[in-house]
Amino acid sequence: MAQATSPPEAPEVIDEARARRYSSDAAGLGRLRAGAFVAPALALIAVFLVFPALWVLYLGLTNYRLTGTAAAEPKLVGFDNFVKAVSDPAFWNSTWLTVQFVLGSAVIGQVVLGFTIAWLMRDRTGPLKRAVEGLVILAWILPSAVVSFLWVALLDRDGGTLQALLHLPGFAPLLDHPMLSIVVFNTWRGAAFSMMLYGAALGNVPPSHLESARLAGASGWQQLRDVVFPHIRGHILTNLLLISLWTFNDFTPFMLTAGGPDGQTEVLAVHVYKVALLGQELGYGAAVSTVILLINLVVAVFYLRLLRSKK
Amino acid sequence: MTRFVLGRIGFYTLIAVLLAFFTIPLLWLAAAPFTSDPTYEVRVPDFTLDNFTAILEHPYALPSLLNSLVLAVGTALLVVLFAALAAYALSRVRLPGRDALLYALLLLSSIITGTAAMVPLFQLAVELNLIDSQLGLILILSGGLLPAAIFMLKDFMDSTPKSYEESARVFGASPLQIVRHVVVPLVRPGLATIAVWAVANVWGNFLMPYLLLSDVEKQPAAVIMYTLYTEGGQANLTLLSTFGLLYSVPVVLMYLFVSKKYGFRFHGGIKR
Repeated sequence: MAQATSPPEAPEVIDEARARRYSSDAAGLGRLRAGAFVAPALALIAVFLVFPALWVLYLGLTNYRLTGTAAAEPKLVGFDNFVKAVSDPAFWNSTWLTVQFVLGSAVIGQVVLGFTIAWLMRDRTGPLKRAVEGLVILAWILPSAVVSFLWVALLDRDGGTLQALLHLPGFAPLLDHPMLSIVVFNTWRGAAFSMMLYGAALGNVPPSHLESARLAGASGWQQLRDVVFPHIRGHILTNLLLISLWTFNDFTPFMLTAGGPDGQTEVLAVHVYKVALLGQELGYGAAVSTVILLINLVVAVFYLRLLRSKK
Repeated sequence: MTRFVLGRIGFYTLIAVLLAFFTIPLLWLAAAPFTSDPTYEVRVPDFTLDNFTAILEHPYALPSLLNSLVLAVGTALLVVLFAALAAYALSRVRLPGRDALLYALLLLSSIITGTAAMVPLFQLAVELNLIDSQLGLILILSGGLLPAAIFMLKDFMDSTPKSYEESARVFGASPLQIVRHVVVPLVRPGLATIAVWAVANVWGNFLMPYLLLSDVEKQPAAVIMYTLYTEGGQANLTLLSTFGLLYSVPVVLMYLFVSKKYGFRFHGGIKR
């Protein structure tokens, strides 16, 4: 600008600086006041989100307990808790159960069910679409304490609705197939998010592409594979990452089965609660929490990378 | 032709199965509160209102709904106020390290969950004497919701024109006046979205109040609901069904309101 032609004189520089500040800051806030505006939010985040996350890292290295001598004077024990976790079959059992839960209910259940509903409803309008979508969303928005109990009532051994419908005496899904029960439950509970995401994604697939595929004689599956999937690949990945993260951290299975019977549904979220707050081994619980944090971190960074590359 | 007919039949069978799958678990909530002596099995209700009289007499049921309301509204107000101020400043002023801060906020909100942080949050609450304190719980819940709220609101703020603020400034308005009288009216839909999102989040939250509130008089509906069905032998289905319905109705009303007013869909943001 001005500098390019001749060395600017002092007043001009000030004017320019002022103009720049003026245009980048419409309300004349200035950095100081802007900082004051941001401060309260950052203070809350620092105390109740960042500090606990850092604290959990430290706590995982101590032998802290809720009661007893280790409560008064916790000692640093280094990586003992992590060694203990890695050699504890209960920890691996929980990890394996969590993998089953995430794969079964999120990656397979919610994605397939959500996509199927979105695909079936793609060119429809009217009451049928509203009814289906409304019900699916209802399952998603009701409080978890309520839906958990609805499923307890549905699956109950003595006279649950499912048993009354199927006439199977002695059929006790929550006792005989607890993992399958919470997988089906969570599929039911969370399909709405995938449905809405794929609904929006399918709206972006150009109808002309589908039309020409149809004219060229492509079957329904071929249309899906060659026209639809390439268009919504980004949405699928976004969806997978988000629902995996949420399902991985979900505490709702606890309300359905409390981790039982015999720890058969003790996913990591429930495992932490049991060892740390019921078993009072805060240090060891914190070490397991650290593992959860790290897994979350990996998934989240992957997701943010993806978002950024899209932009 | 037969192929078309078969396709139709297949389509409607699939729809029927889906509708059944999503409806059957919900039937109980619709029927049992109006049935005398409800069991686990769904029966045709006889439309009694006795169950509602019973829940009115329960010492903790209605107060717990009030507790939920206090927690939800308190958190929503705090989150909207703090997030709006922060998002506005971050949107209009290039503070040093702003982009890194936003990135960190987004990362934090997704990795630090109640599950991962339950041990230190419990301990922190013990140390700060915030066990059994509703205010403490509101602060903790707000801290968890704020990063995502700031991020979403900044998007809203970025898309509003700055010219109004500039003209308000020419007429000598102070920054706080500009925020109150110019910016807030412009981003009202964004603020409403955040408020509804925060209320819905807190209304359904079970883990944090379950960990941090042991006084039954302060517990919100989520915890009372859970204690109703696990406490002592036989679950009282009269109370449970009716309470579950009362606890669910506000969420459904809020959903209907939002979908009527804004349309309950994804635009921008998440889809990309």
